[in-house]
Amino acid sequence: MRKFLGLAALAAVLACGSASAQQVNVKIGVLTDMASLYADDTGPGSVAAAKMAAADFMKDHPNVKVDVVSADHQNKADVGVQIVNQWIDVDHVDMIADVPNSGVALAVAQVISTKNKVFVASGPASSDLTGPKCQPTTVHMTYDTWMLANGTGKAIVKNGGDTWFFLTSDYAFGHALERDTMAVVTANGGKVLGAVRHPINTSDFSSFLLQAQSSKAKIIGLANAGGDTINAIKQGAEFGIVAGGQKFAGLLVFAPDVAALGLKTAQGLMFTETFYWDLNDATRAWTKRWDKERNSAGKLPSMNMAGVYAGTMHYLKAVAALGSAADGKAVVTKMKAMPTDDPVFGKGTIRADGRALHPAYLFEVKKPEESKYPGDLYILRATIPADEAFRPLKDGGCPLVSG
Amino acid sequence: MFTIFGIPSAALFGQLLIGLINGSFYALLSLGLAVIFGMLNIINFTHGAQYMLGALSAYLLLKYSGLGYWPALLIAPLLVGAIGVVIERLFLQWLYKLDHLYGLLLTFGLALIIEGIGRNYFGSAGLPYTLPDSLRGGQNLGFMFLPNYRVWVIVASLTVCLGTWFVIERTRIGAYLRAATENPTLVRAFGINVPRMITLTYGFGAALAAFAGVMAAPIYNVSPNMGSELIIVVFAVVVIGGMGSIMGAIVTGFGLGVVEGLTKVFFPEASNTVIFVIMAIVLLVRPAGLFGRRA
Amino acid sequence: MERVVDPVTKRPVLWRQHSEEIGFAVLVVALLAAPFLVYPLFVMQALCFALFACAFNLLIGYVGLLSFGHALYFGWASYLSAHAAKVWGVPPEAAILIGTATAAGLGLVAGSLAIRRQGIYFAMITLALAQMMYFVAVRAKFTGGEDGIQGVPRGMLFGLFDLRNDMTMYVLVLAIFLIGMAIIYRIIHSPFGEVLKAIRENETRAISLGYKTERYKLLAFVLSATLAGVAGSTKALLVQIASLTDVNWPMSGEVVLMSLVGGLGTLFGPVVGSFVILTMQYKLAFMGEWVLVIQGVIFVACVLLFRRGIVGELAKLLRVRGL
Repeated sequence: MRKFLGLAALAAVLACGSASAQQVNVKIGVLTDMASLYADDTGPGSVAAAKMAAADFMKDHPNVKVDVVSADHQNKADVGVQIVNQWIDVDHVDMIADVPNSGVALAVAQVISTKNKVFVASGPASSDLTGPKCQPTTVHMTYDTWMLANGTGKAIVKNGGDTWFFLTSDYAFGHALERDTMAVVTANGGKVLGAVRHPINTSDFSSFLLQAQSSKAKIIGLANAGGDTINAIKQGAEFGIVAGGQKFAGLLVFAPDVAALGLKTAQGLMFTETFYWDLNDATRAWTKRWDKERNSAGKLPSMNMAGVYAGTMHYLKAVAALGSAADGKAVVTKMKAMPTDDPVFGKGTIRADGRALHPAYLFEVKKPEESKYPGDLYILRATIPADEAFRPLKDGGCPLVSG
Repeated sequence: MFTIFGIPSAALFGQLLIGLINGSFYALLSLGLAVIFGMLNIINFTHGAQYMLGALSAYLLLKYSGLGYWPALLIAPLLVGAIGVVIERLFLQWLYKLDHLYGLLLTFGLALIIEGIGRNYFGSAGLPYTLPDSLRGGQNLGFMFLPNYRVWVIVASLTVCLGTWFVIERTRIGAYLRAATENPTLVRAFGINVPRMITLTYGFGAALAAFAGVMAAPIYNVSPNMGSELIIVVFAVVVIGGMGSIMGAIVTGFGLGVVEGLTKVFFPEASNTVIFVIMAIVLLVRPAGLFGRRA
Repeated sequence: MERVVDPVTKRPVLWRQHSEEIGFAVLVVALLAAPFLVYPLFVMQALCFALFACAFNLLIGYVGLLSFGHALYFGWASYLSAHAAKVWGVPPEAAILIGTATAAGLGLVAGSLAIRRQGIYFAMITLALAQMMYFVAVRAKFTGGEDGIQGVPRGMLFGLFDLRNDMTMYVLVLAIFLIGMAIIYRIIHSPFGEVLKAIRENETRAISLGYKTERYKLLAFVLSATLAGVAGSTKALLVQIASLTDVNWPMSGEVVLMSLVGGLGTLFGPVVGSFVILTMQYKLAFMGEWVLVIQGVIFVACVLLFRRGIVGELAKLLRVRGL
């Protein structure tokens, strides 16, 4: 009799528990740039962030098993597409994360959508990912070009920087940044005093900086990225631009770039980011753990890496709620239904067009004497609330929304 | 978009003076290439990586031993020169009897290795290195601001370039070098250690590149990739000059720097292709190059 | 084809004599079986690069000219083919023809400039010209700049075969590859090819024999550029992307590496090299930063120790004339 009751009890427990104790297997592929321009903003740091998210999640959800693989797309769209194809078809990867370099991101977004898996894009900048090229399987984290232009432009103008001169990289990306920021500046009462275009990968900015100097604009907007931004700022120090009272506004600057410049050169530089390791207790704690995972003395996590963590966590929450990672569209729909909450970005939501909304911050680089400890780089100048930081839903042109 | 034209002639001269900085780097680098090519008949694709190593050494010297810019100007070229010597002994010496193209391929491979390892340990964003305090600031010439550092770079490169020219063209050791280029066997018969001269020449070429690298560190982004784009432009400079003479390499380097600087003022979008366009024109009109020996 | 005679029996050794034909047969059989054994998308990519490498190898192996800027033809053909298929909406065979014609035209212009110098200078000129065209590609609107041209439709071949089916696409790519190889084979074993080899051995003597060597070299250059263009145009339809990487100098370096590893101056070397290098890139993709270092090490090792390349060493081992 007791044996029968015992078995019945066991059966009952099993029957109740089985629904939630169902094993869910998820595989995540971090497609990133390990070796060239974006390696310090993403690369191994992003992989570490993804692994952290997986470990954190598995701790609370023992029935979910998460595998993280990674690969280097070498900034080549065809390599990226090839890897994604292979990952999905052969290796059963369910979610692709990171993907810095908008060209690669746009290409793989298409493939991932066709194969009905999920793309958590925390690396690329193009606002087209939630605009005309949006997909039902894409979630765009961290930032985009609209937010950068708007955040930096608007916040700086409001802070007193109302005359601008642009140094623009002469190709599509630079033009887009320049155009978007100019629009924001003029819309907020600022004036654009001039602009000059330079070829990509220019080493000597002297003649452009001289023009910027003679324009007497309060703000010199750098509508370029990477090495060009760094060279322009470094040579700006030569010409005493900041000492002369003008300030640089970087339209695409990451924490590792600031570290590369050093405080002496970069002081006064203003730009917008969505994450800073020293912002609050939660970010500090997260950064400490990231540092251990990443095992890299002194390197700082960038907002892209934070985006990988936040996006992966939210994705896993959605998968656990649904019970399976198989249907990409369904998972993303769930992700849009659930509000986001994580230690790196705080509270936020994911919009119908795939855009993740969270606050953005205008930072200014500290003077060397203001920096109290290593990594103490930024002053927080302004906080832009989530609903203002990103492009309004109706302006995007995303077919998912208007349709 | 709005651009600012119509600079008065005084300011134009000022622009040229500043723009000459590119010319300084082109001259130093093409001089190094010319010296190496003259002696070894090898096109040193590793030159860009050696330039980068110079800048990197300056950064490391500052970070780990507190040695600033001035000691670095001396130490970095010696370090990289030593690395050059090792490269020549380990790899290049086996190629002299082969087709010259193998030298190009080998040095290309070495450049990949050096830059790849650099990226591995130092990332790609760039490393901090600032202007030495003694060279900060500049002269206000009224129509423009001339940074002291630029003046220093131009003066230093001119000195080094002319010094190298003098040694090669006007001294005894230079005469041995030139003779060994033309007829190594005969020179050896005179008792001169030609292989050692070759090794030291390669080391010297590498040291020249590193010297340029240290001078570049305060104003250009110090990253493992800094050499690779520059080296291709330097190749074009070398084709334009023709590798016939040392003076030719120097003149062409500075001259093209000036041309590029002018283009930046009047037609900025084209400034990175102007040197290639000139190369195409020179090839049509004078295929041996402006100072080349054989047509 | 010269008779290969066994030194002891003095009888012609047929399999050594016809080594290239046998090699072809082996290749065809392997490639027919490949899509069922290996991920077809990978094999197709390797075939495009194999053709590209073979085109490059035609110049260095048989004419002695090292073109360090071959990405110029590959990449621009890729752009034009992609643009034609996507924006002009032409069928795939027309897209490939348009891309190829572009490469031929560029080859003619670049070739006539580069041929003016020899050896090292030739290599540097080709590199510089390719770099110049890279900067043009960065700025030109139709190339899509950093994003490249994406979502290139594969289309219907001859209006009949839907190329979105990977197996159908495979048949097309294989056919193009084999035709390209056949053309190269024909070039090498023709009077024209013999003159090219003579020019490589001793140009002055060839001139003294009355050959207008400049014309021969230019023709070889244009042929090489055209075949590279075929590879590029096909690749654009295959991966449905044309981007800046296709015209950048690392791409030129990669094809040199493929030929070097496989065997410069051999017929099948570049094919083997292409498969080896691409496999290495995918298998080692997780190593990220180290892949380029490894490529550099392979370059150095090949130049110092392994100059004949895989196929070259194989040919020596089997004591065959050609492979």
